[in-house]
Amino acid sequence: MRAGGPSAYLPPMIPDPAPPAEPLALYVHWPFCAAKCPYCDFNSHVAPRVDHEGWRRALVAEIARMRAETGPRPLSSVFFGGGTPSLMEPETVEAVLEAARAAWGFRNDVEITMEANPASADAGRFRAYAAAGVGRLSLGVQALDDRALRALGRLHGADEARAALRLAREVFGRVSLDLIYARQDQTPEAWAAELAEALRLADGHLSLYALTIEDGTAFGARWRAGRLRGLPDEDRAVALWEVTQRLTEAAGLPAYEISNHARPGEESRHNLTYWRGGDWVGIGPGAHGRLTLGGRRWATEAVRAPGAWLAAVAGRGSGEAAREALPPREAAEERLMMGLRLAEGVEEAALGPLGDLEARLGPLEAEGLLVREGGRLRATERGRPLLDALLRAILA
Amino acid sequence: MTDPARIRNFSIVAHIDHGKSTLADRLIQATGTVADRDMKDQILDSMEIERERGITIKANTVRLDYRAKDGQDYVLNLIDTPGHVDFAYEVSRSMRAVEGSLLVVDASQGVEAQTLANVYQAIDAGHEIVPVLNKIDLPAADPDRVRAQIEDVIGLDASDAVLISAKSGLGIPDVLEAIVHRLPPPRGDRDAPLKAMLVDSWYDPYLGVVVMIRVMDGVVRKGDRIRMMATGAVYGIDKLAVLRPQMKDIAELGPGEIGVFTASIKQVRDTRVGDTITHERRGTDTPLPGFKPAQPVVFCGLFPVDAAQFEDLRDAIEKLALNDASFSYEMETSAALGFGFRCGFLGLLHLEVIRDRLEREYDLDLITTAPSVVYHLHMKDGTMRDLHNPADMPDLTLVDHIEEPRIKATILVPDEYLGDVLKLCQDRRGIQLNLTYAGSRAMVEYDLPLNEVVFDFYDRLKSVTKGYASFDYQITGYRQDNLVKMQILVNGEPVDALSMMVHRDRAETRGRAMVEKLKELIPRHMFQIPIQAAIGGKVIARETLSALRKDVTAKCYGGDATRKRKLLEKQKAGKKRMRQFGKVDIPQEAFISALKMDG
Ligand SMILES: Nc1nc2c(ncn2[C@@H]2O[C@H](COP(=O)(O)OP(=O)(O)OP(=O)(O)O)[C@@H](O)[C@H]2O)c(=O)[nH]1
Ligand code: SF4
Ligand SMILES: [Mg+2]
Repeated sequence: MRAGGPSAYLPPMIPDPAPPAEPLALYVHWPFCAAKCPYCDFNSHVAPRVDHEGWRRALVAEIARMRAETGPRPLSSVFFGGGTPSLMEPETVEAVLEAARAAWGFRNDVEITMEANPASADAGRFRAYAAAGVGRLSLGVQALDDRALRALGRLHGADEARAALRLAREVFGRVSLDLIYARQDQTPEAWAAELAEALRLADGHLSLYALTIEDGTAFGARWRAGRLRGLPDEDRAVALWEVTQRLTEAAGLPAYEISNHARPGEESRHNLTYWRGGDWVGIGPGAHGRLTLGGRRWATEAVRAPGAWLAAVAGRGSGEAAREALPPREAAEERLMMGLRLAEGVEEAALGPLGDLEARLGPLEAEGLLVREGGRLRATERGRPLLDALLRAILA
Repeated sequence: MTDPARIRNFSIVAHIDHGKSTLADRLIQATGTVADRDMKDQILDSMEIERERGITIKANTVRLDYRAKDGQDYVLNLIDTPGHVDFAYEVSRSMRAVEGSLLVVDASQGVEAQTLANVYQAIDAGHEIVPVLNKIDLPAADPDRVRAQIEDVIGLDASDAVLISAKSGLGIPDVLEAIVHRLPPPRGDRDAPLKAMLVDSWYDPYLGVVVMIRVMDGVVRKGDRIRMMATGAVYGIDKLAVLRPQMKDIAELGPGEIGVFTASIKQVRDTRVGDTITHERRGTDTPLPGFKPAQPVVFCGLFPVDAAQFEDLRDAIEKLALNDASFSYEMETSAALGFGFRCGFLGLLHLEVIRDRLEREYDLDLITTAPSVVYHLHMKDGTMRDLHNPADMPDLTLVDHIEEPRIKATILVPDEYLGDVLKLCQDRRGIQLNLTYAGSRAMVEYDLPLNEVVFDFYDRLKSVTKGYASFDYQITGYRQDNLVKMQILVNGEPVDALSMMVHRDRAETRGRAMVEKLKELIPRHMFQIPIQAAIGGKVIARETLSALRKDVTAKCYGGDATRKRKLLEKQKAGKKRMRQFGKVDIPQEAFISALKMDG
């Protein structure tokens, strides 16, 4: 933390401007889970006791602090992520939403999403969350197979997930569900069957993630020790990817982002803000934010450890750990890395600071991995599963 | 000035690691030349790279004062020499400056290939040789067996070999007495015109070029005007000194003495090792026979990884060359690698040492291309050209035939590994010349093409014999053979930095090994990459590096953007260590690793 506090590095608050201000998204991180999943490298922790009252106060205080920085801008979306936000007391959700509305105000079509686990205790609070204002639920189903769920270290079973999903569809206007594929010993046929069921159960949105073994997780350690068998080789990974694309397209929920599928119009508007390079405020432990202020793009990052974050908010009135003004080049690199994840791609106009990319893009276009049309750059069907390699080729 | 009868000049020679520099330490200490508190192990190995690798690269001289048991004072000039075959030239020129040699043999290992090579050189130089059996403190030491070996293999009387432990200091007084009583004093005429041999020269950052000489006849004094007979250049001596091992000024040097001078000489290249130094006026007319300069035998290209560093590389090479005349360089351009230098070295270790020094002392990142020997191209028009770089191979229709350098290799190996050694030599197109036994060890001599030895022969030899073989070689001459240029094509584009000369019969094997190696070394790309070895237009080996099919981060939300960006910075750094050939990125290690043969 730099001396003087973060606000010393921001331009002074601009008086309420005449032109309609750019909308803003708000991300709220809840860092606690009932158990740590072996594949998870999120900032999530198992805590024996949570001082809900204290957390409520801290989150509300952060909203007030950030409002002073951004000035008045209507919120287009709020997203409770984690961790497991469905372990929050409904009062906390209500208090946060109340504070956010008071600080910024909501656009009429505001999208308020919460991530939830299908365990029955969490599902018991669904109605209360809806009453607090949550309109969209993103349910961490992960698998529709008990054995797979156990292997993933999940606390719920497949039937519990189905029940939670039914309830969610009753309670919330919009529901999304998450599945993890490319699991140990998973065949493309088995995945096709599981995905077909998920598509029947789904509402209009699915997040389908290929299992990734991350350093610093239990799976990571097992994998390095050679004790995580049955993970797909490249051929199988490609087959699984292709099954995913084929089935979701056929069901009318094509990929609008690498791992996100929606019926047109049902996309997560909150997440689109990230991929389209919009502004968002991130509060809660480890949350990142991006703000355009005074013509510069700022990246903020909150203190990561939950206890330290809480202490920072209480002690010095800010949970922020660092902020930097992104140089135009880095901001444009970020735009490209995020934007190419979308089926719609990214406006070429936003890539100006990267200089002349012709020598890099030309060969990739010739290779059929990228296309440029209508002033946009996007990855083709062949390019999307190679996106990381594409980005290296363009930017490294 | 010292009475020649009270001078003893000698070199310490041995196979690598048998303890020459450690013995030098003990002699320096026993004579009180360096105070105990200033002593360190292998004190004469002063270069950083020598200390790091624990080997001697450059011969070093030190002058010792010794009061013998007979009560007389003696001046001893000791030259510690390197053991590695690449630096054999340092040994041979050192021997010209002295009358005797201490032949150190590790009593636990016995006679090795460089022991032999050094003995033959010492005999050539007319030396008196005192065998010294070292490391008798080791449990595995077997002085009787080694004594017998010296007599059998070398034919040298070893009955009065001195038994020592250079490490503990045991036997050091006996070595000093043996030096005084068994080595001859130098001869020379104090009143004759000055005749001194230029033994060595180096660059000192404070003093400029320092020239080491051995006075044969006459006397040289500070302030004298001297002439270098081969170059004709005339200089005034600014400083005259002896090495203890720091420079210590001295007023004059007479016959039999060894010392150094400075004379405002700009570059080491302005001095010629073996040259005769005399006075400008009333000098001698008969120069010493001199000796052949060291000839670089291994050539390779050195290119900066970052093309923008070319000027830095030029600067570094020029500075290093000031200091070390043993390597040659000239500018080279490569279609693939841009601007760099073609450098010549005494051997592969020498290459590594120079490259290491360039990278470390000048903070450069270098790509080293395939090492090559010098071929003789006999053209149809009757002329002959040297080929240092396979990329420069002219149109074949103009070439009548090609000759390659051959060596005589001497290998000593325990009997149980002999079969593997013979197979290795045979695989490398060797012709066996001789096979004899000394106890349970075989001594084989092979006639081998240098290009089969230059790269990884020594590594292979060590691995097939579990480190028990020793190896030495000498270049014997050139011989015609069926040699062709093999090119490597990556994604259809020839990579000139990987082309090499090979024997036609070995081309398939080498080509196959190269393309297989490259397939491992080149990272997969988004398209498939054929890797081919070809002679002329004909492909003789091919591998296909399959295309990358899936490489995408599954989850990437707001909080991941920063992490992604940091990863990108790392990837940018990684990319800097690659070179682009057409659409393909090749990591710099590939240029050297691709040549290592497993068989
Ligand atoms: N046990 C034991 N080790 C010794 C003795 N003399 C030298 N060594 C060790 O042998 C190794 C090589 O010694 P050096 O003196 O560097 O050998 P060298 O012959 O100068 O080696 P090069 O200059 O590289 O050819 C070192 O690790 C020494 O400590 C000895 O008498 N006994
Ligand atoms: S519930 Fe979600 S956030 Fe919590 S440990 Fe499991 S995967 Fe991670
Ligand atoms: Mg040494």
